[in-house]
Order: sequence, then C-alpha cells, then structure tokens
Amino acid sequence: MLDVKRNALRELPIKERLTTFKETTFTYDDETAIKEAKRCHKCKNAPCAKGCPVGVDIPGFISKIACHDFDSAALILKSVNALPSICGRVCPQEEQCEKFCVKCKANREAVATGRLERFIGDYLLNKGNLPKASSVVSTKTSKIAVIGSGPASLSCANDCAMAGLDVTVFESLHSPGGVLTYGIPEFRLPKDLVNAEIESLKNIGVKIKVNYLIGKTLFFKELVEQYNAVFIGTGAGLPKFLGIEGEELNGVYSANEYLTRTNLMKAYSTNSQTPIVKHKNVIVLGGGNVAFDAARTALRLGTESTILAYRRGHNELRARHEEIVHAQQEGVQIKTLIAPVKIVSTDGVNVTSVEFVRSELSEPDSSGRRGFTLIPNSNFEIACDATIVAIGTNPNPLIKGGFDGLITDSRGCIPVDSNFKTNLDTVYAGGDATTGSATVISAMGAGKKAAASIIARFAN
Amino acid sequence: MYQIISKKILAQDIIEYTIFAPDVASRANPGQFVILRTEPDGERLPFTICDFDRRAGTVVMLVQTVGASTYILSQKENGSYISDFLGPLGNATDLLMYNKILLVSGGIGIAVTYPQAKLLHEHSKSFEMIIGARNYDLLIYKEEVKRITDSVHFTTDDGSFGFKGFVTDKVRELLSNENSKFDIIFAVGPLPMMRAVFNVAREFSVNTIISMNSIMLDGTGMCGCCRLTVNGKIKYACVDGPEFDANGIDWNETINRSKRFKEIEAEHYCKVRGLC
Repeated sequence: MLDVKRNALRELPIKERLTTFKETTFTYDDETAIKEAKRCHKCKNAPCAKGCPVGVDIPGFISKIACHDFDSAALILKSVNALPSICGRVCPQEEQCEKFCVKCKANREAVATGRLERFIGDYLLNKGNLPKASSVVSTKTSKIAVIGSGPASLSCANDCAMAGLDVTVFESLHSPGGVLTYGIPEFRLPKDLVNAEIESLKNIGVKIKVNYLIGKTLFFKELVEQYNAVFIGTGAGLPKFLGIEGEELNGVYSANEYLTRTNLMKAYSTNSQTPIVKHKNVIVLGGGNVAFDAARTALRLGTESTILAYRRGHNELRARHEEIVHAQQEGVQIKTLIAPVKIVSTDGVNVTSVEFVRSELSEPDSSGRRGFTLIPNSNFEIACDATIVAIGTNPNPLIKGGFDGLITDSRGCIPVDSNFKTNLDTVYAGGDATTGSATVISAMGAGKKAAASIIARFAN
Repeated sequence: MYQIISKKILAQDIIEYTIFAPDVASRANPGQFVILRTEPDGERLPFTICDFDRRAGTVVMLVQTVGASTYILSQKENGSYISDFLGPLGNATDLLMYNKILLVSGGIGIAVTYPQAKLLHEHSKSFEMIIGARNYDLLIYKEEVKRITDSVHFTTDDGSFGFKGFVTDKVRELLSNENSKFDIIFAVGPLPMMRAVFNVAREFSVNTIISMNSIMLDGTGMCGCCRLTVNGKIKYACVDGPEFDANGIDWNETINRSKRFKEIEAEHYCKVRGLC
C-alpha cells in the first residue's frame, strides 16, 4: 500500500481561503519532494516525457531530486523549460505527462511530476537563478522582436536569449506576463513568482518594454524592418460573448474584465484605485479554468452565492480536476446541463437573473467529447446580481487591422507552417494567437519551437 | 516613467498636462487617445490626445478632476513623473471626406474637437465650431481656437459669455439656416449632450458622429469593458472606436453602462479627498 497514493500538497484551510487571495496550495518541502521523487520508476523509455509539449527530461530531473541533488535537477529542468514555477502550477499535467506514468497502469496514482517541477522552480527562485547572466548575454548580432509577453513569448524570448540573440519583448500592458499576470488569479499563480520568473529572463539579457502596443506605439512594419526576426505571441485576448439578449446589462462582465480588475489591477486590495463591485449572487457561465478562476475570485470578493453554470455534464468540464475540487470545497455550486438563453433585468439596467434551458448529453463527437441538446420547454430562471461570461476568447482584432501583410484566418488566428513561420518571411508566431485559446504549456511549446527555427536561421 | 513637462490650470478642476512620450507623439493622430497610470497602484485612465508635437516628442491632454484617480493625477506637478503612458490608442478621426463640418463640444469635449479643428484648418476644409460650457470660467481653449478659425460660436448655460443656452440650441439655430449646408456634425461631450445634438441634427437630416468616453481597462480590445451596441452588434470603443455614427448607438444602454461604478467611485473620491 506504501506507494498507491502520491504525496499530497499542503493546502490553506478552506475558511481562510475565502478571505484571502493567497495561494491555495503550498509547495512540497524538501523531505516530501524526495519522498515523491523516489516513487518514480525511472522508466528507460520515459512515457511521461512524451506527453510534455516542451519535452522535459522528466525521469532525469526527478531522479536528481530523489538523491537530493536539487541543483542538477534544476539544470535539467531549466534547460528546456524557462518557467518551471509557473508550469508546475498551471500545466494540466493530468492530461499530459502524468497521464502516461506507468503507475497509472497499475492502478496507482501517477508520480506528481507537476508538483516536483514546481518544487524545483521555487527552489531556483529562492536560491537565485541559474544560469548566470554573464554566461549568455549578447554574443550574436541578430536582433529579435517578440510581441506580447505571455507564455509563448516568454519561452521564445528565453530560448533565443540563451542562444545569444539580442531579444526585445514588447508588452502593451504596464506589467509583463500576459495571461499569467492579468488572467490567472493570485491564489493559483502568485504574481511575485511570475515577476521573479520574468526577472530571470532579464538576467539573461532579455529586454522588456512595457506600454508598447505594436501596431499603434510602434508600427508592425517598423519592427519587421528593424529586427532580423519578429515573433508574434499576442495570445487570444478578445473575449467571446454568447450573443444572447441582455449581455449589455450592468453587472454582466466578460471573465477577462472581471479577472483583469482583480489580478492585474488588484481591485481586491484596499490600496488599488481600480473599482470592482462586490456582488452578492454571481453566476459564471462556462466550464473551463477561466470560469473556475472567475467563480473562485467572486467568492473571495465576498459573494453570498456563486454558481457556475455549464451546458454539458460534469465529466465534460474543461477545467483542471484540482481546480474543480478546490472550487467545490470553497462553496462554488456547479450546475451542469443547463444552457443560458437570456440575461434578464427587471429594472432595465441591472442584471437580476439568468434564464436557462435544461440540456442533455448527446453522442460523442469525433474527439470523443459529448455534445448536448436542449430540452424544449424546460426554461427556468436563477436570480443573480452579476453574470460573468467565461466561454473563451479569440485573437486580438488589432492583429488583423494593424499588422500589414500578415495573413489571418476567419477567427483572426495566424496560420503558421511547421517552423512556426507566418506568410511573412521573417515573422514567426505561436501560442493562442495561432490556435485560439488553449493552455499555457502548449503556448510555451510553440514559443520554444518557433525559437528553434529562429535560432537555426539567425544565430550564426 | 513618463515626465510631465508642462502643467497649466485652465479652469477649476481642469488641467492641461504635456507629457514627454516621443513614441506616442510621433505616431499620434487627432481622434486617438492614451491610457495612463499615475502611480503603480493607480487605475488605468483613458484621455484624448488633445495635441501633440512630433518633433518635441510631446503629447498634450486635458484632465478634469471628476473622481479619486483624476484627483491623484491632478496633484502631480510639472517635472514629476507618471508611471505608465500607452498610446496612441483607437482609430484616428477622418472628417476630411466631408465638405462642410460642424464641430460641437461641451465642456472637456474640446479636447477632441480642438485637434480636429487644427487638422481641418491645415487641409483648408470648411468648418464651424460650437464650444459650450456651464459658464465663462469653464470655457477653455478660447484663444487657441480663435487662432485657427473665426467661425466659432461660444455658448454658456448662464449667458456669462457668448450665446446663452445649450450647444443644442446653437446647433438648431445654425442648421435652421438653409445656407448652412453642413454635411456632418462631430459632437463630443457628456453622453446626454451628444445624444441631444444627435436628436436635433436628425430633425435636419444631418448625420452625427460622436466620440465615446467609455470606462476602459486595457484599451486594446481585451476586457470588453467599453463595449456598446451599435446597429445591434457589440462594438468595443477602444479598438472599433472611439468614434461612432450616432444613429446606430443604443443610447439608453450606453448611458446606463457609463454609470456602472458610480457609487464605488464616489466612495473612492471621498476617501482620497479626506471628505469621509
């Protein structure tokens, strides 16, 4: 029985979580990390590593932890992953590396790869970063411009800088990090840690210019002319709305607005000048991580009830299992198989309820995911004073209008070839800007592959 | 950090700031705006680019103290720095396609019509201006405007200067003249004023373009905070605007949405000023 379960992460007591934005879980201590690392079978064929979009040598770094050699573990990890503290927290490991762990086949819990990655990432940040700045700074003359500073851009910038290229990152907001900064809440990804990871990029020579909106503050054409290569990692920031009646009402937010107010602008803090209304009864529409982030944020801002409404079933929720569990512990009511049809107001100004119709699951589609059909005449209302729409995002419309000559598809996504090159010869792209909203790690994987193409061509 | 290189108090609670921001200045055009933060904990605030000097690298904006964040900004002195300054955002105005243009502003709305007037003047376009305020003291940019055009009508609510009445009264008077021949009205000011101008112009079958001054966060099309319904479709003031044909706007909705944070803002302002 010794080895069935993975070592748990210590968690903040539920009661305390409801009044704070502090991180919900604690990183392993040394002893627990070593204990967990020793569960790894060091499989020769490393099935776990095949599930990793950036190709971390998972058994390699874990075996170093097992023998208490954290520095070596850090070197292995950091050689391919620029942001281990972030990935260790927000990657969906259960669908990637951990899913392929041999332990799962034996009905045991997978080695907690993500938690060990987080442990090493934090170890590095507490210690001061490896590798040292002097070893890599500006050995090449090629200049690379990176547009946006989210996960795709940061991993691309990291790899290019490590290869000695001269990298400048342009960010339109006042703080870098993209979705890591404005989107993912403090309780799931502390901003001090994001800042520390970004500082580590500056240490290897990456220049970061905030308050630069490419297409406006500097023209895209200027970047293409002035830099040997340009990487577009602008993500998918444009919120989708449902297109139903009542979305214009006061009290209806996009998840982006709600989360940006709290995360980027820290509206929960008494020092912040940015306002946020403290609503009593909040309904979040959606079933992904962003919906859960919004619901858990609403709880912490002091709601009386927080409902997450999803049109498919519980098994179809896209959010990470861990986040669903945390949300339920904290009191988020998850209501599945209901689809919003109308946002209602009794005074014509403020939202007072959402009208739903019940749905039932239909046959799985080609990807194996079950669809749904609406049940006629099953409409009902749930009262609320705020509705948060969290049904996904599309790439920023400024790309389409402001980036001369760049081809985008009907959704506004940028098509790229196998080298992550766009239709323009020296312009590369990766992450959500090319795919629509996806995960942090898939964006990092794309940034990394684009960097490899850029390095192969420009780092000579 | 961006330096304030000039601060002028134009009227009670209205300040003209000139900011050194060469990249913004060199790409700015009339109709665009900036988003700034005064301090690292500050709110992101949108301001119209009222003027710019590409060679000097400067951008001029008018700040009216209406709440906590603008009050904090108003305390910044010449030579000091503000944390963040992003721009130029939004689309530039294009009125050059019209033959005769009527620029109407109420209060601080002059920040939008003044650079338009300069541009129209440079292109030798035919235009007139109506500039309204509550009283003489709040009528700003009088001299600057007179340097550009003689065709300017001042209005004050109390009659302390120029025409006594609202800008809409003057709009009606001008449009009533059959020889006026305006083919477009560009109106900028508080939402009820823009709506009122639009309603008058509609009676005379003249189109009105207005400039939205929405609540914004990022100003880059990311949060959806500034959304409004135009011809039944969601538009973002920050990336689709800030200007829109007044005819397609859902005015009730837009006015309601502008009041979303009124209560909290009042409380913030109270705290910052030490009034409660």
